[in-house]
Amino acid sequence: MTSGDYSEKPVKKYSLTKLLRESKVAQGLFLISPANLYLFILMVLPLLLVTGLSFLSRGTYGQVEFKFNLTNYTRLVDPLYAKVLVYTLYVGGATTVLCILIGYPLAYYIARAPTRQRSLLLFLILLPFWTNFIIRIYAWIMILREGGILDTILQFLHLTKTSLSILYTPTAVMIGMVYEFLPFMVLPLYTSLEKVENSLLEAAADLGAPPWKAFLRVTLPLSIPGMVAGTILTFIPALGMFVVPDLMGGAKTILIGNVIRNQFLTARDWPFGAAASMLLLILTLAFTLYYTRKAGFSEDLLI
Amino acid sequence: MERQFVVEFHDVVKIFPTPEGSQVNAVDHVSIQINQGEFFSLLGPSGCGKTTSLRLMAGFEWPTSGEVIINGKPMGRKPPYLRPVNTVFQNYALFQHMNVFQNVAFGLEMENVPKTEITRRVGEALEMVKLGKMGRRKPKQLSGGQQQRVALARALVKRPEVLLLDEPLGALDLKLRKEMQLELKALQEQVGITFIYVTHDQEEALTMSNRIAVMNKGKALQIGGAVEIYERPNCRFVADFIGETNFLTGTVKAIAKDKVSVMLPALSKEIDGIGQGNLSVGESVAVSIRPEKMRLADDNGKEVSGLRGTENLLKGKVITTAYIGSDTRLVLDLGGGVQMRAWEQNDISTLDPEAYYHSGDAVRIYIPFENTLVLPEEVS
Repeated sequence: MTSGDYSEKPVKKYSLTKLLRESKVAQGLFLISPANLYLFILMVLPLLLVTGLSFLSRGTYGQVEFKFNLTNYTRLVDPLYAKVLVYTLYVGGATTVLCILIGYPLAYYIARAPTRQRSLLLFLILLPFWTNFIIRIYAWIMILREGGILDTILQFLHLTKTSLSILYTPTAVMIGMVYEFLPFMVLPLYTSLEKVENSLLEAAADLGAPPWKAFLRVTLPLSIPGMVAGTILTFIPALGMFVVPDLMGGAKTILIGNVIRNQFLTARDWPFGAAASMLLLILTLAFTLYYTRKAGFSEDLLI
Repeated sequence: MERQFVVEFHDVVKIFPTPEGSQVNAVDHVSIQINQGEFFSLLGPSGCGKTTSLRLMAGFEWPTSGEVIINGKPMGRKPPYLRPVNTVFQNYALFQHMNVFQNVAFGLEMENVPKTEITRRVGEALEMVKLGKMGRRKPKQLSGGQQQRVALARALVKRPEVLLLDEPLGALDLKLRKEMQLELKALQEQVGITFIYVTHDQEEALTMSNRIAVMNKGKALQIGGAVEIYERPNCRFVADFIGETNFLTGTVKAIAKDKVSVMLPALSKEIDGIGQGNLSVGESVAVSIRPEKMRLADDNGKEVSGLRGTENLLKGKVITTAYIGSDTRLVLDLGGGVQMRAWEQNDISTLDPEAYYHSGDAVRIYIPFENTLVLPEEVS
């Protein structure tokens, strides 16, 4: 076929096909449109709705009234909510730190295991996801409740006489949170630890570093990207968590996630719930920006 | 007083389990003695045990039996960080999260050297490998050759008794490799540290080393200088691995004082040569004749000048010729299914085609008896 074949066909002046044929920009936009559509429907649109909602008013019967007002935001300044917010940050932070402390040795062990065992161990890390999260939380309730599995075992071994009464305490919330987010810390940590070549540790030893110094100077710095990724994947969702405090904290432990949920479902004050959501969103965004600027967010972070 | 060697292997054996469940002797009863200030190469094909030997010296592996001795002290199971040796790794193993300066300073920091001295010594080391201005670069921002120099500086800055180099030039292109060979050799003479160099490249080993250990299947077959292992290989493998050679197989017919007669059944001819090792009459042997160590003449009955009369004479026919400038490479057919390569030096300058051999020419092949090496198939 020669190029003459094209010129002979009559072409409409502003046809889409002509545009796509001639413009690289149009081709590019066309090809990424599925992704754009996806982002628009699932992210931009809901976000616009929530933003808009947060400036409206609650009607007497819990309906949304189209009256502009800022009180949703001014109400958030209340010390009561400030306290919830601080506590949320504390729980999120503690969850993240505990996930690092427990997840790091685990990820290290998997990364150093023989290749054949590695995939099995990773599979075991992911296995819990096969069961619904709520069901797994109820399993924890069975374990921790008074006279539950943990109490039974401890009393059978004559280690304790009375119940530990862990369920419906902040400790129970902590256990549930760490349990839920641990895989999100272990997986990125594993990815970066697995990339630390053995020859680097040999080089460190060769240059006079005993194992613990080699760990501090070589392994640990090289696993920072994994820790950053794991922290983002743990801390941010932990801030918005409401199921664990609800079910395992006996509704005594209130996080910002519970506040938002209650406004939408119990108090039927959608505009205020939306304002609280916006606060959480801004907080998360600020944290992510600050943290990644400081720790250096690059493409190899999540690979 | 007994002579002090810097590194010694006393009958060292290293056995690894294989994934199939059997065992492999990576290093098989090796004894080596390396002198102070020497450039010593471990040469052999891949899997011959040369890298394992080096790792035994560095302390990354411990011998199954036998003893590794450094500076007269048995190393036993001493870990690498307590040994007075440093290694330049094959893939350099540079710390990617540190810049060049920090990489080189790492070893000194481990010794708790004062900060000012670290700055001075690292500066000197980088100067020595011509990377004086690269201190702030990250390893990824350097070329392969420069990374190689960083690895070298990082090891040398520690002033080790022995520097172990594991195919350090393997990843470089040919031209750079040749340059680095000369630089490494010059550097070694400058700092006076013992270099132990692992390579599979025979030319590299011959160019740089004072002595070479030729290894195969975990055994050190021959240890000697470049001339010695090329001119007097002690077994078939060494003759084959170092340079090029022709092998004729035969059986020992008679052994005189320093002359061995070998019967070549394929040619139905007897040939005399220098025997290597403990040969016995009736033993099957390999006769090694290097392609440049023979003299050709037209088979026209004319007398050939400059002969001593003690040369072995074989007859053959030229099959192919390849003119490559400095010499012409011929393949000769000796009959009985035996072929032989011969390199004729082009020490005359002429365009006359009559001066060169052509395929089909019948030739006489004179091989001086001392160029004919009678080698055992295996080293005893």
